[in-house]
Amino acid sequence: MAKVEFSEVEGRSGEYYTLLGGLAFLAACGLGAAAYTDHAGHIITGMGNAIPWGIPHVFAIFLIVAASGALNVASIGTVFGKVMYKPLARLSGLLAFCLLAGGLSILVLDLGRPDRLVISMTHFNLKSIFVWNINFYMGFFAVVAAYLWVTMDWRLTGLSKPVGILAFMWRLALTSCTGWVFGFIVARQGWDAAVMAPMFIVLSFAYGLAIFLLVLMASSAWTRRPLGDAVVKKLKNLLGVFVAGGLYFVVVQHLTNMYATEHHGFTRFILLDGGAFTAMFWIGQVLIGAVVPMVLVWYPGTANSRQAIGLACVLVVIGGISQMFVTIVGGLAYPLVLFPGMEVSSSFFDGVINGYSPSIWEILLGIGGIAISMLMLTIAIKFLKFLPTSLADEVADPHHRKASAVDTEEVAEAAEAA
Amino acid sequence: MTDRCPTDTTRRQVLKGASAMAGMALAPGFVLVTAPEATAKTAGEAATDKTRWGLLIDTNKLDKAACDALVAACNTEHGLKPASRADATAQWVRRVDIKDKLTGAEKSLPVMCQHCENPPCADVCPTGASFRRADGIVLVDKHICIGCRYCMLACPYKARSFGYEPVTDQKPQSPHGVGTVSACTLCVHRVDVGGIPACVEACAKVAPGAMLFGDLKDPGSAISKKVSEITVTRIRADLGVEPSVLYAGL
Repeated sequence: MAKVEFSEVEGRSGEYYTLLGGLAFLAACGLGAAAYTDHAGHIITGMGNAIPWGIPHVFAIFLIVAASGALNVASIGTVFGKVMYKPLARLSGLLAFCLLAGGLSILVLDLGRPDRLVISMTHFNLKSIFVWNINFYMGFFAVVAAYLWVTMDWRLTGLSKPVGILAFMWRLALTSCTGWVFGFIVARQGWDAAVMAPMFIVLSFAYGLAIFLLVLMASSAWTRRPLGDAVVKKLKNLLGVFVAGGLYFVVVQHLTNMYATEHHGFTRFILLDGGAFTAMFWIGQVLIGAVVPMVLVWYPGTANSRQAIGLACVLVVIGGISQMFVTIVGGLAYPLVLFPGMEVSSSFFDGVINGYSPSIWEILLGIGGIAISMLMLTIAIKFLKFLPTSLADEVADPHHRKASAVDTEEVAEAAEAA
Repeated sequence: MTDRCPTDTTRRQVLKGASAMAGMALAPGFVLVTAPEATAKTAGEAATDKTRWGLLIDTNKLDKAACDALVAACNTEHGLKPASRADATAQWVRRVDIKDKLTGAEKSLPVMCQHCENPPCADVCPTGASFRRADGIVLVDKHICIGCRYCMLACPYKARSFGYEPVTDQKPQSPHGVGTVSACTLCVHRVDVGGIPACVEACAKVAPGAMLFGDLKDPGSAISKKVSEITVTRIRADLGVEPSVLYAGL
C-alpha cells in the first residue's frame, strides 16, 4: 500500500464553474423561496395548523441525519482502525459538515420568524429536545472542524484518534437527539417510541454512506482521480448492510405497533390504507430505498457495476427522503386521538386524515438546502486538500500486494502440482 | 372568594352593595367584606402559585349552538378571523362533536388549550416562549416565539394555531401575528383584572351553569366544591399532563 497523497481540485475548468453555477442557482432559488415565504407568510406553503411541518423538515432532517452518517466513514478509519477508510476521512468529515449546514439552513429559513434566530441562541429551555439538538449541532461543527484539523495537520496526527472518538460519540448523541425530536412527542400515535433514536442512527449510516459514495465516485470521475474497485466494493457492501439494518428497525417499529391495539389505527394507516403515505412507505421507503439497492449492491450481475452502485446510492437517498416524509408528515396526517373509542369531527380537522399538498416554494427551499451543502463542498475541495489524488487499489487497499503475492504463490503451487 | 361564575352576578352585586354600605356606615376607608374584584392583580404584580385557574365544562348542559356561541365569543374577543385557507385559520377554541361508536351517544363540547400543569408545549419550546404562568395559565411569549411550530406537534389537544398570513386589526390584548404560534390565553387580560373568560361569559347566556371558571386551589370556590362532588374527566388523562380544563358528563 503506497502513501496516500491529497490535493485540491484545480477548479478552473468550465465543468467546475458550470457545477458551481448550477448549485449556486439552486441555492439562490431556495433562498428566494424562503424570502418570499417570510414576506407572504407560510400560507404560500402547503402546511397548515393540522400539518405544521412539511417538506422543509423532510429535507432538513434527512440532511441532518445523513450528515451524522457521512461522518461514519471517518470513524471507521480513525476509531476502529480500518486502514482502507483512513484516506476517506477528510472527505467524510467535510461532507458531514456541509450536509449539516445545508440541513440547518432549511430549518432556520423555514422558521416563522427567521429574523429571531438570535433568540434561539440567547434563550434556552434546557428541557427542550430541540435545544439539545441545537447544542449538538453547534458542537458537531466544532468537533468535526477539530477532527479535520488534526487529520490534515501532520503535526497533530497524534490527536486524530481521541478527537475521532469524540466525534464518533458526538454523532451518536446527535442522531439520537434527532430521533427523539419525534420519540419524545407523547401525544402522537406514530412517534412516541424509544426505537426512534436507534432507528435514526442506523438509517443515518445508510443515508450518509450513500451520499458519501456518490460524492466520492463523482469527484473521482470528474477530477480524473483513480478510484479502485477495492474501496468501492468495501463501501457498497457496507451500504447494503446498513440498508438492511435500517430495514430491520423499520420492521421492529411497525411490528411492535401491530401488536399493540392502541397503535393499530396508525399502523394500518401507514401500511394499508394511507393512500400516498402507504405508497410512499412501500414503494419509496421499502422497495426503492431498501430492497432494490440491496439487490443492486449484492446481485452478482450488478454488484461490480459502478453505474449500478451509483444508482443504488441514489435510490437509498430517495428512500431516505420517502422515509422522512412518511415519518414526519405521515405522523402528523394521522389524527390526534383525543377521545378513544369515539367518532370525532370538528371544523379544525379533528378525527380526519389531514391533507397536505406541498407547494413549489417549500420544495425549492428543500432543494436549496441540498444545493447549499454541495456548494460548500465544491468550494472547499478547491481550496483545501480533502480529496486523495488516487484511491487506486495499489494505493488504497492494504491487502493489495499481499493478495497478489498469494495469487502468485497459489499459481506456482498449482504448476508444481501439475 | 375567587370564583368568577357569571350566574352568581346578582348575589355578588348584592354583597358588594351591602359591603359598600356597611363600610360607609362604619368608618370611611374601612372595608368589612372583600369584593370579588379583590383577586384582580395590580399592574406589574406577578401571578403566584397560590392560585390555579381552571375551567369546569358540563357537557350535559351544552349543545352545538351553545358551543358555537362560545366559540364566536372567543373569536370576537381576540379578533380571530378566517384565514384565506381553512386549515390556516386560527381556532383557539373549537366545537368538537363526538359519537360513541358502540352506543351511538353524541355530544358536543368546546376544546381549547387545557392549560396543563405539565404542558408538553412548554417542555419542547426551544426558547421558553411557551410557558406556564405560576397560576396555571399557559401562554406564548410573542416576543421570543421564533415560529418553529414544535409546540404544535407536541400539544396533545391540537390547541395551537400558527400565524400563516399577515393579519390586520388585531386586538391589543391578543396578538397573533404572522410567523408565531398562538393559543387560548384563558382570557388572561380579563382574569388579571378580576374578570372571566369571554367563552364562560357567553356560555352563561346560552347555557347557564355549563361552564364554571375559578380557582382550583381555593377549597371554598364553587369550582373546587363542584369538582369535589362530581366525577370529572380530563381529556387524555393517561398522558399525565394534568389539564386545568375539566369536563363533566363525558
